[in-house]
Amino acid sequence: MSKTMRILASLVVIAIVAVALGVWIIRGPGPLDFASGTKVALADYRAGKPTGVPASLEKASLVERGEYLAKAADCMVCHTKPGDKEYSGGLGFKLPFGTLYSTNITPDKDTGIGNYSDQDFLNAVQHGKRHDGARLYPAMPYTSYTFMTDEDVLAVKAYLFSLPAVAAKAPENTLSFPFNQRWAMMFWSAVFNPDTRFAPDASKSPEWNRGAYLAEALAHCGECHTPRNLGFALDNRKKFAGAITAGWHAFNISSDKATGLGNWRDEDLIAYLSLGHAPGHGSASGPMGEAVDHSFSQFAPEDIRGIVAYLRSVPPVPSPDLPAGTAPIAPASHKDGVTADARGKKVFASACASCHGWSGESPVSPMATLTGTWAVNDPAATNVAQIVLSGTKRHTPDSALSMPAFGNAYSDDEIAAVANYVTARFGAKGSKLTAKDVAELREQTAE
Amino acid sequence: MATVLTINGETKSFDAPPEMPLLWVLRDILGMTGTKFGCGIAQCGACTVHVDGKAVRSCVLPVSAVANRAITTIEHVGTTPSGAKVQKAWLDAEVIQCGYCQSGQIMSAAALLAATPNPDDSDIDAAMAGNICRCGTYVRIREAIKLAASGRQS
Amino acid sequence: MITEKTLPNVSRRTLLTGGLATGFLLAFHLPLRAAVNEPVQRDATDGKFAPNAFIRIDETGRTVLMMPQVEMGQGTYTSISAVLAEELDADWSKVEVQHAPPNDKLYANPTFGLQVTGNSNSIRAWWMPLRKAGATARAMLVQAAASQWGVDAASCTASKGEVAHAASGRKLGYGELALAAQGQTPPKDAAVKDPKDFVLIGQPLKRLDTPDKVNGKALYGIDAILPGMKIAAIANCPVFGGKVGKVDDSAAMKIAGVRKVVVLDDAVAVIGDHMWAAKKGLEALKIEWNEGPHAGISTKDIWQDLRDASAKDGVVAKSTGDIAKALATGDKFEASFELPFLAHASMEPINATVHVRPDACEIWTGTQIMTRVQSEAAKAAGVPADKVIVNQHLLGGGFGRKLEPDMVVAAVKIARQVDYPVKVIWTREEDIQHDVYRPVYRDQVTATLVDGKVAAWKYKIAGSAILARWLPPAFQKGIDIDAIDAAVDAPYDFANFHVEYVRAEPPAVPTGFWRGVGPNNNVFAIECAMDELARKAGKDPIDFRKSMLTKNPRMLSVLNQVAEKSGWGQPLPARVGRGVCVQPSFASFIATVVEAEIDDIGEIVLRRITSVVDTGIAVNPDTVKAQIEGGLIFGLTAALYGEITIDKGRVQQSNFHDYRMMRINETPKIDVTVVKSGEAPGGIGEAGVNAGPPALRNAIYAATGVALRRLPIDRKLLAAGRKA
Ligand code: FES
Ligand code: FES
Repeated sequence: MSKTMRILASLVVIAIVAVALGVWIIRGPGPLDFASGTKVALADYRAGKPTGVPASLEKASLVERGEYLAKAADCMVCHTKPGDKEYSGGLGFKLPFGTLYSTNITPDKDTGIGNYSDQDFLNAVQHGKRHDGARLYPAMPYTSYTFMTDEDVLAVKAYLFSLPAVAAKAPENTLSFPFNQRWAMMFWSAVFNPDTRFAPDASKSPEWNRGAYLAEALAHCGECHTPRNLGFALDNRKKFAGAITAGWHAFNISSDKATGLGNWRDEDLIAYLSLGHAPGHGSASGPMGEAVDHSFSQFAPEDIRGIVAYLRSVPPVPSPDLPAGTAPIAPASHKDGVTADARGKKVFASACASCHGWSGESPVSPMATLTGTWAVNDPAATNVAQIVLSGTKRHTPDSALSMPAFGNAYSDDEIAAVANYVTARFGAKGSKLTAKDVAELREQTAE
Repeated sequence: MATVLTINGETKSFDAPPEMPLLWVLRDILGMTGTKFGCGIAQCGACTVHVDGKAVRSCVLPVSAVANRAITTIEHVGTTPSGAKVQKAWLDAEVIQCGYCQSGQIMSAAALLAATPNPDDSDIDAAMAGNICRCGTYVRIREAIKLAASGRQS
Repeated sequence: MITEKTLPNVSRRTLLTGGLATGFLLAFHLPLRAAVNEPVQRDATDGKFAPNAFIRIDETGRTVLMMPQVEMGQGTYTSISAVLAEELDADWSKVEVQHAPPNDKLYANPTFGLQVTGNSNSIRAWWMPLRKAGATARAMLVQAAASQWGVDAASCTASKGEVAHAASGRKLGYGELALAAQGQTPPKDAAVKDPKDFVLIGQPLKRLDTPDKVNGKALYGIDAILPGMKIAAIANCPVFGGKVGKVDDSAAMKIAGVRKVVVLDDAVAVIGDHMWAAKKGLEALKIEWNEGPHAGISTKDIWQDLRDASAKDGVVAKSTGDIAKALATGDKFEASFELPFLAHASMEPINATVHVRPDACEIWTGTQIMTRVQSEAAKAAGVPADKVIVNQHLLGGGFGRKLEPDMVVAAVKIARQVDYPVKVIWTREEDIQHDVYRPVYRDQVTATLVDGKVAAWKYKIAGSAILARWLPPAFQKGIDIDAIDAAVDAPYDFANFHVEYVRAEPPAVPTGFWRGVGPNNNVFAIECAMDELARKAGKDPIDFRKSMLTKNPRMLSVLNQVAEKSGWGQPLPARVGRGVCVQPSFASFIATVVEAEIDDIGEIVLRRITSVVDTGIAVNPDTVKAQIEGGLIFGLTAALYGEITIDKGRVQQSNFHDYRMMRINETPKIDVTVVKSGEAPGGIGEAGVNAGPPALRNAIYAATGVALRRLPIDRKLLAAGRKA
């Protein structure tokens, strides 16, 4: 080998090592790496069955089992455009570089997945590969679904194939270059898709393992609640520390006491997941509201408990962007407490005070109480502005409550003003939203 | 399963789903039509009643939430000191046009006066901005609240 | 030529047999000074003095007055009663009112020939007929007393429900005279009072309908309760003109309290024990709609069509002078003004309660068109009209929405399917999305200035012809006299004056009367254009108007007064402006000044409104004030927020969160002066609506220099430093 060659070779080696190191650094740990117990193959875990359906459905038909799992994986919300047929796709995800549309996953042969073989379906769900070999964008959370067992994935397929076929072609994506180059996703996938099935942790309880399987493989909590790294993949060094997704703030669900779930009681977490509301913690709205409506609310109670057990074990990661706790109840009189922002106060008096009260404690329903929620304590006011823009809806067995979407009749200025007023009055620190910020939030929501 | 409520000092027992809003219990089960339906989404105030003396929108108030609490409606608010004052002032100032919103306006105003006997303009705005009047009687509502507060008689 | 004398002949028959255009046109605009001379028919009511269709006095003196017009907030029950009681010399404290039943023979509005309440004409139309009715009844009571006493009737006087004979000091109450009076022959020509002798008319009377409105006792249509009644909620096809396809009611029928699902041609209703069950049932239905041919319509396209239509020549409604020649000289000005679709959104959502029995169809509702409701319900029920009983209620706002019978027709169709009474309630969402909308209008002004005055005025209205649908015989020669109202009789002295109308109907969107009716669009366009012309002429907007009102003394007078009372001309801070509007609407003369502040982001703060009103004899001046105050809020709400938009054949607004209303914290001080006048009464229920939008727009023009040409106000155009 010539000297030049040797120099070149060593440079190549250095480059490879650097890239590998970079990849390793960027990729960071896997979603379950925080649990340091011994991982065993699923077949070797005898204490319980973390995968599949709850015991009550064990004897159910394949389609019924698939239905439970499809709901647990929350397929419908992303694959349905509001007002259109379920699972027929067409929901647009607005990204900074264009809009991505979800696909039709009904068994229609031309526009849906009617031609998918079992292997095709596994390829899509676990590996992010389409029937025609093209790559899926990771808006489809296959890097989470990859942890599902083949059996569970194919049960979902059986369920989808039991649905009526709907002929509906999703609009073409409008991504700009280079993001419209699907093939490039191959490299992304190679780096960021763990491409592995769920391996139970032998040191943990069956409940924890069930929770881990549901939270990681199906419910894909991290897709919204874990911040992303430079490669736009989940940064599990800050697992569940909260992130902005689709224009909404998915708050910290790590076990951090100040800004995460560390101080929530078990029953609060159970209520929040299964009903979308926990007293003193507010109500699920936006994407989390949809997850509750279509997914968590359908979970068997033992599965909810599993998720709670799992969430409790996620190490605390504080959110530096949040105050160290939520503000207490505001004064009952409009004249006391924060009174700045006459414009915001005017909107609040007109459209909001009837339900939320001047104190933040709703005279109508605990679901509408603002005091204690992260939304009003977030100095970025992201979710406050979003709920005002797009409204929200909650049902519990005893109660039903919805907030209308004010976005069409109130200006960006008014929405910014009312969000700033609300966060200042009911939260720890007032936000400083501008009309431009509100306009941007309008842009980011899926439609 | 029977629901039991205390309305205008009387105990009422009836069957209703727990999430049913108080508005429809009042109107359709108990036949008390003074409380009005205007929007169903807490934006107009036509359905306002008092729960433990506070103005609340009954169209979004699940009946399960008000067991054991004192409910007062427009039919009975005249027996409270602030309600009687407000009703009188409303007549003296000739506030009312079509009148459909006025049950709610009067309930909101009575709750305001009970809590704030001498409201200024900002108190009136804060308490009354949730009540829409399509006939546009706002100028007189403001005037009547002040009249009621001042104790002046016509 | 039509003169006043021929007006009384505008009866229902002439209206409906055509050949009436001009007659109706004038009748529509002018106060009916002359009376419908035929004596109003008497109907027999046992044990009572019932000299005509309007007055009932029993032996206790209880005086019940039958209301031919409906009470929807405008105070007409009190005003009509005052007119009747004035001439009857009734004891005001004993007066009670009753809704009249449907009967065009007895209660048809003299202008329309139909039992209808609208166009701010209740007092205008009924002024003389009711005075005659009252005077006739009084004469009969006096005769009865005189013959009992054996004295000359002329020596007796009546006052406060009593007849007195001064010479003998004898007195008899109307109650005591009731039976005897019933036997008297009504005089042919009972004299009405000289207005200087009025004791009730012109006084700020307490309204008769309000005591029950403060304690929840007043009954609106939505409050009807009948034994065995169930409640229905309705879902109409969301797309205009669409039909019901398939309905899967399996989930709905499982909901506790749901009784029945009724599928109509274009709507589905769920009947339940209460509204909550009905609503839940409706939500649980799976309905597939056949959207039909209009699933693609949008306001965007409708506006394009209207702009195209307004580019065409219209039908000439009025032309004086030589417009072509006059437009060729002078300083030319051209502008177009556009007004959006609007919903009525009365606080009481539309509703009707119906019981279809084997022998009859009975209806409980609040409507502005009693007899039409009766005849349309008869068609829907498949029974003769005399088998339809209509029980009128108070209206929780009408604003023109309840000039349509659609809610009753739908309720009848639903009630036909069950044997119990059903109350059908439109949710607010249904009410807003299935309204009969104030049409979109586009008004084009072309004018020239010579010597600082308007020398030529060409005005072209493009928009829907509501009358062509609502009262076809009134639509003559391509002219909708409502759409051109207040345009053909603009108050100014324009030497060369020309008005055209282009009928342009939006596809599939039903259009109807909306409080303020035709003058809404015309007063807006005219008064905005006048402000721009004043600026072009370098004149103060009020001085400019005054120079062209020399032949209109009533208008000129209210304008002078409003200038003074509003502090016109006094200095204002930056971005605060005053705007004026003058309007001859509904035979009332009104001048209004709005003072508004426009902040740096274009938000509008109303500071003060001053209005001076000459409505002729103000029957109840306090009601006149109240109607102007409320009308201003109604009109300003539209100017600030009102717009119904359509996309994919559907209305995009649904409730008060996206169809916004002005609220108390946006309401300024409003100062209304009612001028004393001896002229015949004008209309007042709608006039205030017309005043607000142009006066506000002109205030914005003064404050910011931005000449808005469209409603609702686009605040983005008003942010500091930006220009329209
Ligand atoms: S009906 Fe309850 S606030 Fe409108
Ligand atoms: S009085 Fe008619 S809505 Fe208020």
